[in-house]
Amino acid sequence: MKVKQLSVFIENTNGRLAQVTRVMGNAGVNMRAATIADTADFGILRIICEQPQEALLALKEAGFTARVTEVIGVKLTDEPGGLADIMELFEKNGVNIEYCYSTLMCDQGQAVVIFRVEDIDLGLKILGENGVEAIASFG
Amino acid sequence: MIWNRDAECESAEQRRLLQGYQLKKQVTHLYEKVPFYRKKMDDLGVGPGDINSIEDIGKLPFTTKDELRETYPYGLLACAEEELVEIHTSSGTTGTPVLGGYTRDDLNMWGEVMARCIGMSGGTPSDVVQNAYGYGMFTGGLGVHHGAQKMGCNTIPAASGNTKRQLMLMRDFKSTILTCTPSYALYMAEVAKEMGIDFRELHLKAGVFGAEPWSDNMRKEIEEKLNLQAFDIYGLTEIIGPGVSNECEAHNGLHVNEDHFYPEIINPETGEVLPEGEKGELVFTTLTRQGTPILRYRTRDITYLWHDQCSCGRSLVKMHRLLGRTDDMLILRGVNVFPSQIENVLMQIEETQPHYQIVIDRDRSQLDDVELQVEVEESFFSDETKELERIRAKIALAMKQELQINVNIKLVEPKSIERSMGKAKRVIDKRNL
Repeated sequence: MKVKQLSVFIENTNGRLAQVTRVMGNAGVNMRAATIADTADFGILRIICEQPQEALLALKEAGFTARVTEVIGVKLTDEPGGLADIMELFEKNGVNIEYCYSTLMCDQGQAVVIFRVEDIDLGLKILGENGVEAIASFG
Repeated sequence: MIWNRDAECESAEQRRLLQGYQLKKQVTHLYEKVPFYRKKMDDLGVGPGDINSIEDIGKLPFTTKDELRETYPYGLLACAEEELVEIHTSSGTTGTPVLGGYTRDDLNMWGEVMARCIGMSGGTPSDVVQNAYGYGMFTGGLGVHHGAQKMGCNTIPAASGNTKRQLMLMRDFKSTILTCTPSYALYMAEVAKEMGIDFRELHLKAGVFGAEPWSDNMRKEIEEKLNLQAFDIYGLTEIIGPGVSNECEAHNGLHVNEDHFYPEIINPETGEVLPEGEKGELVFTTLTRQGTPILRYRTRDITYLWHDQCSCGRSLVKMHRLLGRTDDMLILRGVNVFPSQIENVLMQIEETQPHYQIVIDRDRSQLDDVELQVEVEESFFSDETKELERIRAKIALAMKQELQINVNIKLVEPKSIERSMGKAKRVIDKRNL
């Protein structure tokens, strides 16, 4: 299953992050994970939240440049080597990772890590074949 | 020194007689040889017979930069092609350039007016001229070179760049006159400091600086840091290149070599000639040029003219340092740039909006620092930084190809650049020129 991720273009100016998060908060959007990719001039804020479409609308209305892309939320064992197992699995099967980051979800000895891979369908197929669970949503 | 006392110190009356004679000769020649000018004059109902003194110049048609482009390459050539011994094209940018064609006599004349400029800057034949203007199609390098040779100076054709070598040459060959853009002079000062070279131990006495706008503050800074007297020089490819006018040691205006390049000031809106002392657009007519003579060329530079009893003894009319432009042309690192060029490039890049703002400042080395802020087209926004970096690199490359200078590209959020109801504020120039 694919997870929807929200990406927001953020200029490197004071207060811009505060504005984004406030807009989402006011729209009643609950975030589950967030990470920033930064360059000297701008950043891309990537967010996993419970209501991605509502969040997208709220952000666009507030004048932000944002879009929804699909990523994989991999459920893995919360123990040493858990992430390495997934990485090796992807590596062995030619699934290229563009970026990944962890989420706040962690229960019953399991954690969720978000992967943005080059070929999302291939990634999901490999996970399925190897009995690794990919979450559907954070709803 | 005064290089040509007869010409530079002549009485106003004598000079006007000579200018009138030269103008009639030039106009007659152009009317016969250049169909473009014959047509323009016919359209105005003016013939060579109507030109009998320099006062009649106002009857003649203007020439614009667009017309020079439209007639490229040889549409305005007034001599046989085989009579040319050198050509230059305008600095700047892609699109159609402007030709300057020089016969043997033109090169002699160029050397003559340029030697006068070196003389106005305190130069003599015993000086060592280090010429750090760019050599090539740009008129700066070779123009100064011809003049320094004419005067008989030892001429070091250092060209621009290679700053450490520049300073070594200056030290080892005891250069006394430096010719370059003012911003490059300041950059040299910085490199000299890093190399532990003290200008007080070098031999520079004068600098002839031009090809870009500069301020009085910059002059002071250059004079202090390089331990020399700074002189402003003006010229343009359309007329000859460097050598049109130069400051003398009085540092109160630039003497125009008006026996070769006749200046007028006009109202840019109406074309009406303005009286001496009034500000307006500078217009030049070449009086002695053979290769590519030009009638009443509209430079789009704004200044004013005046005569005074200059302490240097020259009677040549003076022009004030440039006060601005009638168009939106910018001079960035010595290159002419029009904002419309930037817009055209952005139009061709699908990932961006043609909404932009250009911010110009002088960096630590006093070189122009150009930042172009561009809005990302919303549909091309990506969650991957490498994709946005690719767009940025693409814009930077396209700008470099079009403008021939490096521009820092800054991607900004769509709609973040202020929209204006009237003329958009595209340029923020912090250079304090």
